[in-house]
Amino acid sequence: MSQWQKFVTQLTQATQEIVSSIAQFLPRLMVMLLIVLVGWLIAYVLKSILRSILRLARFDKLSEHAGASQLLRKAALPPSTELLSRFIFWVAWISFILIGASVLGIGGLQEHISHFFGFLPRLFAAVFIFFFGLLAASFFSRAALLAAVNADLPSPRLVSFTIRTMIIIFALSMGFEELGLGERTVLVAFALVFGALMLGLALAFGIGGHELARRFLERRFVHERKEQKEDELSPL
Amino acid sequence: MAEGSILTDDFLRELMNVGEVDILIGVPTFNDAKTVGQVVQAIRAGLLKYFPRHRSVIINADGGSKDGTQDLVRAASISDLPHVSNLHALRTLHCISTQYPGGPASGTALQTILAAGELLRANASAVVSPDSTSIEPEWMERLLRPVARDNFDLVTPVYGRQKSEGLLVRSLVYPMSRALYAKRVREPYPTEFAFSGRLGSHFLGQDIWSQEVGHIGAEIYLVISAIAGGFRLAQSFVGTKSRVMDHSSGDLVFAMRQTVGVLFWSLEQYFPVWSAQTESQPITTIGAEHEISLEPARINPKRLHEMFVRGVAEIEPVLKSILSAQTLGELQRAASVPEGSFQYSDELWVRTAYEFAASYHKAVISRDHIIQAMAPLYRGKAYTFLEQNRDATPAEMESNVEALCQTFERSKPYLLELWNGKK
Repeated sequence: MSQWQKFVTQLTQATQEIVSSIAQFLPRLMVMLLIVLVGWLIAYVLKSILRSILRLARFDKLSEHAGASQLLRKAALPPSTELLSRFIFWVAWISFILIGASVLGIGGLQEHISHFFGFLPRLFAAVFIFFFGLLAASFFSRAALLAAVNADLPSPRLVSFTIRTMIIIFALSMGFEELGLGERTVLVAFALVFGALMLGLALAFGIGGHELARRFLERRFVHERKEQKEDELSPL
Repeated sequence: MAEGSILTDDFLRELMNVGEVDILIGVPTFNDAKTVGQVVQAIRAGLLKYFPRHRSVIINADGGSKDGTQDLVRAASISDLPHVSNLHALRTLHCISTQYPGGPASGTALQTILAAGELLRANASAVVSPDSTSIEPEWMERLLRPVARDNFDLVTPVYGRQKSEGLLVRSLVYPMSRALYAKRVREPYPTEFAFSGRLGSHFLGQDIWSQEVGHIGAEIYLVISAIAGGFRLAQSFVGTKSRVMDHSSGDLVFAMRQTVGVLFWSLEQYFPVWSAQTESQPITTIGAEHEISLEPARINPKRLHEMFVRGVAEIEPVLKSILSAQTLGELQRAASVPEGSFQYSDELWVRTAYEFAASYHKAVISRDHIIQAMAPLYRGKAYTFLEQNRDATPAEMESNVEALCQTFERSKPYLLELWNGKK
């Protein structure tokens, strides 16, 4: 066989292999594109349904109560209903894109995809913890503020702010732990912040504010009952 | 315990031994050993003096007293009556003391009394507070006679009051309930009242007993239900009301939950009733319509003002979610003037109350927090009320209360606009 014939044969063989590879890959690519397209459609429908449900459930109001809406406004983000709907859309669509990508049969990708799907429940749990942490922080800080004002206690806003901050830090540390992000760092940071806060409060109460503490305790347990009776004589 | 009933088996047995009665007097108690004996003796004297031919029973519904209240009730029901030894019963006057389940709650006590009244087919029943130390035997006649003889369904009391007492009722609960439900019931949150068997059964059948309103504030809801249900109402002057101050008497927030909270809550249940009412109508009044004594107030207005000013400043973020910007702005301006010039006008107070009611309806924040947030503002109004009436005669005080009521009535369309989301 002449050199020329050998070259043509190899070229034909290589071309046939490329064509065969393309012929094998093209249907997979088509399937992937179809999955991505159908995924987009499903994600869009999911987003619309979720948005309607959240609007019916007045989720924006709940978010307003939780103080989450204020945070979102400050960060120039859309309202919580819209944000959550978009979040679900992207999670759903990315999931379909990854399913589509797995059809291509690219080596090593399968493992990453299964990691992603394994991570999703933890992501949802973390978002859930963040949101209800904010809700609890808002509720309990407001309750403390109102109780302190009505009991005529000193520094009601400081009490309220401290409670809010502590609950938010607690929720954040729980959320990060759930996500598996810097578990130890977050735990140590939380312990440090919490410990420092408690120590600070103890020092402030014991050293800096002992006069205030004495007056408060005296007023609370010695004089207050008489004063209260006189000042709020039978509102009924 | 009998299935589906609040009455325990022992209590049921005791009730069955009594049989049917004409008159039932309920005394809800919880650690009232200091006063309950005196109250039960006055009730007995009243029944023997004014209703000797009626089959009567006194029911003590106790919330789990640890100070021997129940023993004192039993003892008072058989002891000699002071100053009225010439009275003799023509029928046996029964007295039963029972402990209702679930711990102390005025609503559960009322439910127990209502259930007993229905079982014994009492024609006329009355509830008497165990801390009414100024009770006279005549109170029984004044409360029960209109029900037993004149077929009224509900008789609420009119009390003689010291000028600084009952400010929450006079400055908010009475004017607002009168404006909304269009009946001039002076004591919408009565601690003593009488009712017919018909109203008792109607109220017992209400679906409130498992809810918070069924535990605290059932008394005001009974009055509102009677108005909404078209029952025959009357009010009767009983005399001066004196009560022993206990740990909860001066608790303003608790008092507001019992009254204002239930009033706001009732607005949802009875929207078709109150939204259709326009001008308030007087109800039959037996005796004086009001009586105010001018004893010097044992109250420190300066502290009320301080707590108002501090409250408005401290809870501003909470008030922002409840009140309109205009109302909050006016409140902040009022709080910024010196005490001598401070005035919480009727118009501003009415607007505040209606905006709170609408926010409660829309649940803009926790409903209990809405009620708590109103307490500092009430202190401001109470201060203005006391200053306005410092040297006023009883007639002038009454005229000021009437002016406030008129403002509530005139401004009612504003609440409807807020309620319907037009503002």
